[in-house]
Amino acid sequence: MIFLKNIAKAVLPFAALSVLLQFLSARGILNPYWVQIFQLACIVAISALGLNLIYGFTGLFSLGHAAFYGVGAYTAALLTKLYVGAYGDEAVIAVGAVFLGSLLAGGFAAAFLAFLVGLPTLRLTSDYLGIATLGFGVIMKVLFDNADSLVPQLGGARGMTGIARMTGIPWAVAALVAAILVIRNLVHSTYGRALIAIREDEVAAAAMGIDTFRFKLIGFTAGCAFAGVAGGLYAHLYTFLHPSSFDFMKSFDVLMIVVLGGLGNITGTLVASFAWIFLLEGMRVALPPEYIEFRWVLIPLLLIVTMLVRPRGLFGVREFPFLRSKVYR
Amino acid sequence: MYALIALGYTMVYGIVRLINFAHGDVFMVGAFLAFYSVEKFHLPLPAVFALAAGGAALLAVVIEWVAYRPLRNAPKIAALITAIGVSLFLEYFTALHQVFGPNYYAFPRPFQVVSLEIGGITVTNIQGVILLVTLASLGALQFVVYRTKVGRGMRAVSHDAVTAGLMGVNVNAVISFTFGLGAAFAGIGGVLYGIAYPQINTFMGVMPGLKAFTAAVLGGIGSIPGAVLGALIMGQSETMTTAYLSSTYRDGIAFVLLIAVLLWKPTGILGKARTEKV
Amino acid sequence: MILEVQGLTRYFGGVRALDGVDFRIGRGELAGIIGPNGSGKTTLFNVITGIYRPDRGVVSLEEGEITGLPPDEIARRGIARTFQNIRLFRELTVVDNVRIAHHPHVGYGAIAALLRTGAFYREERRTREQAEEFLSIFSLQDRGKALAKNLPYGDQRKLEIARALATRPKVLLLDEPAAGMNPSEVTTLMEFILRIRERFSLTVLLIEHQMRLVMGICERLIVMDFGQVIARGLPGEIRRNRQVIEAYLGKRDDTDGGGIRKKAR
Repeated sequence: MIFLKNIAKAVLPFAALSVLLQFLSARGILNPYWVQIFQLACIVAISALGLNLIYGFTGLFSLGHAAFYGVGAYTAALLTKLYVGAYGDEAVIAVGAVFLGSLLAGGFAAAFLAFLVGLPTLRLTSDYLGIATLGFGVIMKVLFDNADSLVPQLGGARGMTGIARMTGIPWAVAALVAAILVIRNLVHSTYGRALIAIREDEVAAAAMGIDTFRFKLIGFTAGCAFAGVAGGLYAHLYTFLHPSSFDFMKSFDVLMIVVLGGLGNITGTLVASFAWIFLLEGMRVALPPEYIEFRWVLIPLLLIVTMLVRPRGLFGVREFPFLRSKVYR
Repeated sequence: MYALIALGYTMVYGIVRLINFAHGDVFMVGAFLAFYSVEKFHLPLPAVFALAAGGAALLAVVIEWVAYRPLRNAPKIAALITAIGVSLFLEYFTALHQVFGPNYYAFPRPFQVVSLEIGGITVTNIQGVILLVTLASLGALQFVVYRTKVGRGMRAVSHDAVTAGLMGVNVNAVISFTFGLGAAFAGIGGVLYGIAYPQINTFMGVMPGLKAFTAAVLGGIGSIPGAVLGALIMGQSETMTTAYLSSTYRDGIAFVLLIAVLLWKPTGILGKARTEKV
Repeated sequence: MILEVQGLTRYFGGVRALDGVDFRIGRGELAGIIGPNGSGKTTLFNVITGIYRPDRGVVSLEEGEITGLPPDEIARRGIARTFQNIRLFRELTVVDNVRIAHHPHVGYGAIAALLRTGAFYREERRTREQAEEFLSIFSLQDRGKALAKNLPYGDQRKLEIARALATRPKVLLLDEPAAGMNPSEVTTLMEFILRIRERFSLTVLLIEHQMRLVMGICERLIVMDFGQVIARGLPGEIRRNRQVIEAYLGKRDDTDGGGIRKKAR
């Protein structure tokens, strides 16, 4: 079975990395803070890959990514809160299954919402789509703020607490690897080419027999599903959710990562996600306390300078070898 | 007041097709300049307006020159990202203790508040001032755009920058001027905001900026009457949501409205439909 | 009849871009549409391929009505086209441009793509080989890895035709295929068009201003002016048609002895 071989080839190094990190952190060699940051970087990378699929590959300008991330987070958190309590500590497999199910449900919820949002809005073009999705992001923030009036467990503006801590290195790495494989395999198939064709020229893509609206919807929904799963992992990493973590500024964060890495570039998104998170958190540690607030002065400057020097992103079109198309083997 | 900020968005977008996310922060800087000129130097009101407008205009021209101009021929998204970068920078840089500081500041009232009741509606002199200044600014803008040489240049560039350049319009100068003019209105808006809601801080520009932008899109981006119309609709709908529903939903309603309008008319109420030539 | 257009009318604002256009194209024909700029030729293509909906009128392909169908559906039913202002997928490679055209015919599902099953690899290889075959018709096989945007202009035109062919159309619409080409390139293009029609048993309808190409290979001509068909017939007949000469050169004007004068309306 050729696909089993391929998957094994891609997964094994990551599995090894995951085991190594897990081992180091269990032995206390790695600082738990950095372990947490590493997981956060994986999560952000998953979400950013989703946005790259939407914007980088399909060319749909979405400024509402954090809202879908939030939907995934709240959905998954609510589900584990409702169902995990039934099991004792020893029921690792059952709990793991519930967690996995909740993550997938979070992804599904985000995708379903994306489908509903996309149905009317994906007829809009470029900037207008961006504005509509930005507006959707703000609306979702307002709904998160008021969510406790519907479901008290969601916490509303006070934040949602008491989420079990379940995300660990194996979960984060496995999810990221799955996300990378899915996006790579999708992009280098006829479906991915259809998405890219739509980005390049929608009229010409339709003239090739591609149902452009359907594929835009697929690209958007799939990308938001990534965000949903990432949100679920996030919820179970920090065990606390607050609506302000999902407002439109957070959508900009993901957008900046994707653009910095290079649109339509998987490698770039991965590197930019890790660089972004480690820079952000690293500065928190590295800067003396009285200069902590300079973080957000330096980051935008760095961002502006990067854009001025490399307007097409850090990586342009170069990819890690295993992410390249294998057309010319 | 949304109208004044919305004008800047609409003018800049009309000319360079850039959503200038830093515009809301220029508005904030305008408010702070006004704050210092009243609090520290006790300048008279007209001078406060002039200073805020001038300072904001200068800032915007510098931003355009440093962060946007080098990217004019780069992909559009690069300029958008630097716009977000500039916005974040302005917010956090001015929040440093060495600059404006992170706290809320009480904006001093430059004059006594007087309420007047006309036919059952209470009108304060603050609202009067806001209305007057807004109308005056609009009049001035209308004059500049349709009656002066720079205005003709602006209209030409918004139509087709390359051709306008070939026709002898100094495109860079026109773009700088547009940024400056838009920012001047935002600066005036900042002063009005300070007078109306006497509390300012360095993040105050985010939501008004976003909503003003929404108003501009609602009315049809690139259209000056559209921006004003959009701002009016926006202000009304927010007031009504606060009155009849709940203030927690206030921030959302503007965007529900926006999406509804975009689905009905994808380029806004007064926007021109652009048909793509195949 | 493979393609039939009846009473096709389309307004843009108050302008009648198409005004009751009728014509029929038989299977295997190679027909040309000529007419002055702005006479509605490209609009006609856009309506046939579903980019614009007609305000009135019917388009049928092989006796089945296709009026108002979405462009991708029309493409899948067998009408392919090129564009006047070349519309390639610029950031994609030359091979991938052609492979996209195979999309409706690719024989694996999304799951197979995600899991990279054997079927996926087989199909990918097949579409690649087919794409390369299409490229070799136009002597582009060596440029496969280049990005479409980096091809010289003439090759971009050829690539666009190759891409259209790869959708396996029954009818091929070419919108000014020779625009911007020099005489020797036009000669090669004429040979290409004749050859692909033969090889893929195509029906070809082309818009062109280069009279050498039109008169050289088209078996039948349709002349348009102001959104209407003003003449149709064999190239030789068209050449002598008074109305056509007037449309191109203006009516003979007594005062200045035959200057160019647009028909006023």
